[in-house]
Amino acid sequence: MARTLTINGTAHAVDLPDNVPLLWVLRDALHLTGTKYGCGVAACGACTVHIDGEAVRSCQVALGDVWGAVTTIEGIGTPGSVAVVQQAWIDHQVAQCGYCQSGQIMQAAALLAQNTAPTDDDIDEAMNGNLCRCGTYPRIRAAIHDAAKKLQEA
Amino acid sequence: MSRIGKIARRTFLFGAVAVTGGAAFGYYKMVETPPNPLTPDTGAALNAYVMIDASGITIVAPRAEMGQGVQTTLAALVAEELDVTLDQITVIHGPPAKAYFNQALLGNAIPVIDYQRKPWVHDAAEFVGNAAKFLNLQVTGGSTSTRDAYVKMRDAGAQARQMLIEAAAKRLNVAATDLRTETGMVIAPDGTSIPYTDLATDAAALPARNVTLRDPSDWKILGTSQPRTDMVAKSTGTATYGVDVRLPDMRFATVKMNPKRSGMRGFDASEALLMDGVEKIIDLGDGVAVVATNTWLAMQAAEAIVFDWEDATYPADTAAQFAVIEQAFDGAPNSTARDEGDVESVPAEITAEYRVPFLAHATMEPMTTTALYTGTALELWSPNQGPILVRDWCAKAVGLEPEQVTVHTTLMGGGFGRRGEYDFAVLAARVAREMPDTPVQVTWSREEDMRHDFYRPAAIARLSGTVQDGKAVMLSADVAAPSCSHQAMERWLGRAMGGPDNELVAGVYDQPYAIPNYRVRGYKADLDVPVGFWRSVGASYGGFFFDSFIDEMAHAAGRDPIEFRLELITPEHAPSAKVLETVRDMSNWNSPLPAGVGRGVAFTYSFGTPVAQVTEVRDTGRGIKIENVWIACDPGVALDPNNIKAQMMGGCIYGLTAAIHGEITHTNGEVDQFNFPDYDGLRMASCPQIEVNVLENAPHISGVGEPGTPPAAPALANALFSLTKQRPRSLPLWRDYSFV
Repeated sequence: MARTLTINGTAHAVDLPDNVPLLWVLRDALHLTGTKYGCGVAACGACTVHIDGEAVRSCQVALGDVWGAVTTIEGIGTPGSVAVVQQAWIDHQVAQCGYCQSGQIMQAAALLAQNTAPTDDDIDEAMNGNLCRCGTYPRIRAAIHDAAKKLQEA
Repeated sequence: MSRIGKIARRTFLFGAVAVTGGAAFGYYKMVETPPNPLTPDTGAALNAYVMIDASGITIVAPRAEMGQGVQTTLAALVAEELDVTLDQITVIHGPPAKAYFNQALLGNAIPVIDYQRKPWVHDAAEFVGNAAKFLNLQVTGGSTSTRDAYVKMRDAGAQARQMLIEAAAKRLNVAATDLRTETGMVIAPDGTSIPYTDLATDAAALPARNVTLRDPSDWKILGTSQPRTDMVAKSTGTATYGVDVRLPDMRFATVKMNPKRSGMRGFDASEALLMDGVEKIIDLGDGVAVVATNTWLAMQAAEAIVFDWEDATYPADTAAQFAVIEQAFDGAPNSTARDEGDVESVPAEITAEYRVPFLAHATMEPMTTTALYTGTALELWSPNQGPILVRDWCAKAVGLEPEQVTVHTTLMGGGFGRRGEYDFAVLAARVAREMPDTPVQVTWSREEDMRHDFYRPAAIARLSGTVQDGKAVMLSADVAAPSCSHQAMERWLGRAMGGPDNELVAGVYDQPYAIPNYRVRGYKADLDVPVGFWRSVGASYGGFFFDSFIDEMAHAAGRDPIEFRLELITPEHAPSAKVLETVRDMSNWNSPLPAGVGRGVAFTYSFGTPVAQVTEVRDTGRGIKIENVWIACDPGVALDPNNIKAQMMGGCIYGLTAAIHGEITHTNGEVDQFNFPDYDGLRMASCPQIEVNVLENAPHISGVGEPGTPPAAPALANALFSLTKQRPRSLPLWRDYSFV
């Protein structure tokens, strides 16, 4: 049965079984490859997207259970027009291999939407589910503080 | 030549490889430049590193980008001499080719301890390194990329610039010496400017000239932190990793191979075949591939297959494996890589045994390759660290010639040494052969990746030492482990390698310590658990063994740990002493320790780069927190300080992760760990604040990708000793210490 998902403001018809996780709908059916597979068990956060603004692990949301509008990394900014949080990532030269960073950025964006001035403890709590094997955490922290400041000034 | 010949006879493993590869060819072949592999459809290739057409300038950075920033730094070497800015160029990895052989990797084979090398040894190393081209060693590893490229890629930029100037001189009918260059243009005295893009074809017809490289004091790009060329793409989800390749009509597949790393008696796929969207099940002999309409479905179907696996050929559980490693001490040493004074003449006062487990690489992007087989050609999109190995072994696996295989090396979601293997590419090629003319992407599940790695070897060290008048006068270290070099060389080159393997004792034999009686012996364990190169390789455990024991000796001597080390290091290698002094000052080492706080220092010289770290831990009452790490390193020349800091930080976190959490164990021949819940890493809340200082006192440029890792474990262990008075002698630390 074909379903229609709203992703980054655009309606997409998807003809896949209801149990296929959103992650694989995005990546393999719609070729929105910015969202990454890392573990498949909600242990790394590489697949983080927003559903109605809430950060979720798309590897754990079945297609049939998607309850709202989906936003992926491709939806918050583009190379020619980056979001404030993405600009902070660029300014702080956060990424190394970069594979986890889509998830990190989506998690940080959700945090900043709820908390305009996160403390280090807030960042610890919000970001602890996002694994980075390259060890970019210190720069992620700095980028989140910087993005918060920029968003407040805006 | 005779001196080189003598070295070659005495040489260690990579040297043996160098001789095998190089001896047959003679001097001329050794120094001959391999042909330029670039044949652009439009415009022209001025040499193997610079392509220019009407649309712009492309620089080939022929080392894999796995996060270390190498594509930016290597491109900067060319750009500096070519007079272009980094935002004017496109950087690509380029094709597999002899032209991109890694001279520095084999050059490391020279059996002279790195910090003791004199200039003639560096020259000899360069010569021996030439053998890499015969062995097709275009490999990203060993922290060699900048060391290897430092002269030759600046040369490539300078030569291309000279050719462009000469082409412009002809066109303008002026003397070449009257022309200058700036931001991709040749400029005449009257202000006329011609963009490089208009000159490329003419320039490519000219011969290459000998050029003089610019003095570092004139550098505009090198030596200054640059924005990484991949940063915007990686911050917007638009970077294409191996798993992101999408081709028309592409199928998705996964594999499930024997977790006992052996053969397969049979399998029952009847349930999997009934699953909607499963297109094909392929018998691979020691496992199967499932082809489906999406990767998840392929993984689900693979899980539904019932297998009858053959047993492991190695001892089936961890205790039995460690028993084999322990037995190695009873045999003859594989190497005595250092033997100064006479350790037997000094009675040992302190003895200790240290142990470390096997470790997985656990790159964030699991193993993957996309392949298209047509019967007469094979095209591969593969995130890999050794593209010629991938090309040749995939060709062999599908019955084609290497010339019929095209390899696109994509960005990779982490490498850490794992992608220096080619198993994942060969599996994809074999799957593609079963479905001609249809591109197929084979992606491993996290579980498959974790359980089919080539692990960092487990190892045991037995150390003894003596202090007199507050100084170390004897240190004897015996290290036993399976040899990842022997295993990997056999996989890479297809023939068994014997001889001494200095990686077994890396981080132990090669440290700049003036200890009058200092002996290090390696014992190769006859253990077939698959092992491979893991970020910093032998130094990842050798650094822990050696520096922890130095700390024990400092404690036994009743000395300050930094003063104790400095006294021994200063006479051997001044730049190493300087990094220790620097972390002492950065960490305010001499300030009194508050209650509940422990402080540890560690120092490891690896891959030509001395690195010192001070780690501070605090007992929070809810567990121990690593609060701060101060790092000082000296890569000789800091081509991109901000990137070097990122590598030091990342290398340290990789080492801390392994020290606290990392452990691969076996039961019934299978790895017990499946996924991140049982192979976790440091996370935001457990990550310390890290401050890095980059020094430039060392006389030669050296790498930065790996040297940040070895001191991480001992600095933490020494801090834990300072806090708890319990000396950690085995890893992972979570077994004996409670962390927040």
